Amino acid sequence: MAVKFSEEALKEYEEITTHYPDRKATLLPALWIAQREFGYISKEVMEYVAELVGVPFVRVYEVVEFYTMYHKKKPGRYHLQLCQTLSCYLAGAEEIRKYIEEKLNLKPGETSEDGLFSFQLMECLGSCHTAPVVQINDDYYENLTVEKFDAIIQDLKKHN
Amino acid sequence: MENILILTKRFSIPNANQLEVALKHGAYSSLEKLFSMKPEDVVEEVKKSNLKGRGGAGFPTGLKWSFIPKDTKKPIYLCVNADESEPGTFTDRYIMEYDPHLLIEGIINTSYAIKSHTAYIYIRGEYVKQYQILSRALEEARKAGYVGKNILGSGYDLDIWLHRGAGAYICGEETGLIESLEGKKGQPRIKPPFPAVEGLFRSPTIVNNVKTIASVPWIVLNGGEAYAKIGTKDSTGTNIFGVSGHVNQPGYWELPFGMRFLEFLEKYPKGVKGGKLKALIPGGSSTPVLTAEECEDLYLSYESMLAHKTFLGTGGMIVMNEHTDMVKALKTLTRFYSEESCGQCTPCREGTSWLDRLLDRILNREATTKELDLLIEISDNMEGKTICALAAACAMPVRSFVTKFRSDFEKYVKPISIPVHKVAEKIIQKEPIAS
Repeated sequence: MAVKFSEEALKEYEEITTHYPDRKATLLPALWIAQREFGYISKEVMEYVAELVGVPFVRVYEVVEFYTMYHKKKPGRYHLQLCQTLSCYLAGAEEIRKYIEEKLNLKPGETSEDGLFSFQLMECLGSCHTAPVVQINDDYYENLTVEKFDAIIQDLKKHN
Repeated sequence: MENILILTKRFSIPNANQLEVALKHGAYSSLEKLFSMKPEDVVEEVKKSNLKGRGGAGFPTGLKWSFIPKDTKKPIYLCVNADESEPGTFTDRYIMEYDPHLLIEGIINTSYAIKSHTAYIYIRGEYVKQYQILSRALEEARKAGYVGKNILGSGYDLDIWLHRGAGAYICGEETGLIESLEGKKGQPRIKPPFPAVEGLFRSPTIVNNVKTIASVPWIVLNGGEAYAKIGTKDSTGTNIFGVSGHVNQPGYWELPFGMRFLEFLEKYPKGVKGGKLKALIPGGSSTPVLTAEECEDLYLSYESMLAHKTFLGTGGMIVMNEHTDMVKALKTLTRFYSEESCGQCTPCREGTSWLDRLLDRILNREATTKELDLLIEISDNMEGKTICALAAACAMPVRSFVTKFRSDFEKYVKPISIPVHKVAEKIIQKEPIAS
């Protein structure tokens, strides 16, 4: 299957190009659309985006490598991003980490065999007063305890 | 004075993030006065207000604006720094979430003052909800004629675009932000030229934080002098102070500058949780840590923080109680900075990760007393030797943690008395230290 944006995504992208005097500035927005369209940024996707934006492949590659939120491999259906910086650490983020490592049997960077969960450690999610915090896909889950987190995981499993 | 609200005044009103509700409670009321003023006069009012940038550096906002070349033929850009990624800091998101129209109103005021017709809001990628709320608010503002061509018949045109980051702390640094907006890695640029002269797309650019910009409509409406009367002489106006860590009620509160820290701590976050106060990071993780004794005569103002050899930063405080292991606490910060270094400057790239590895050695009880001195020595060799301040942002907490809480660190290390450069050599060559 050749990599290509859907017609709707292409239209959305072309509208975004009108926001900037230089098309190269659309690289980050283009990658966001690509991630939504294809789930992650493969080499083929990078090549497609490079052509779309009009920059060399290597520019796309270094940008994808630089930013943590672009997935270079397919994440789980639920991507668990645990904040481990100071406020979350003080509030018990390590307990949540143990839960993920032991109960879900996931090390940072791994995806569960059934593809349901993937796990990534994060540096400061900007939610220090509601620590500890886990971002799951687009949503923040705040003021976590192991019990609360367990209930969230069970609920996600049930809804799958 | 304590109950003056400039940034959070509509936070308690349900659905104030919708235009209809915001309008009923005064949103966009500064625009009529704004368009009756000359842009230069707006800059003057902001200078008079003595508003300082709330993003951390505390540079006078009006002065920054006045650095734009008067005779420029190039377009002028405004970049709103909504990248909020400094550990301990989390208040910009609530302006975007609860009162996006205040931010948009601030952007109109600021753009008009600096004669810009295009503004970009650079929002950190993780803030998906805030992105959606802002996006909807911008659409409402566009339809109602607050954004776009000939705003409210004033003849002034302004486009505001949202631009989403993708998870990199360095994009909160103003030139890193500009690089990222241009579609590159967020690697900071050497200054000068300063962005006000040559920034986004090589054009004059002002980068201001969300809270800074959201303060401008009040200044335009009420005048710079009225704003300067709030707070203290050098710290005018209000700020949203955020508190996390070991307190009974973490959260955020808008207050005029100047309150005594210990009074604030008892009154708002309801005191220290789980024991006595041990340490305070006053304004985001890069600001040097203070001991409980140092907090005795600390006030929430730029000048009091400076007198304590630390900074007000973003106003995002992290409180630690007496049971906190300062070595483990510092480890989370060295890891943060080594992860987030953009890798461009050697002292930062190597220094942050070396500090982080040393912290691992200390925590694993492999280190000696000399390595505590090495932490300081490495820090001294990072600060001021790089393009941006990330190296200093790591060096400052390391130096202050180790010097002020040395006994915490000494519990982990073996005493040894060989010269520090020998220790460094041995670590590099992976030899045992004691031999």
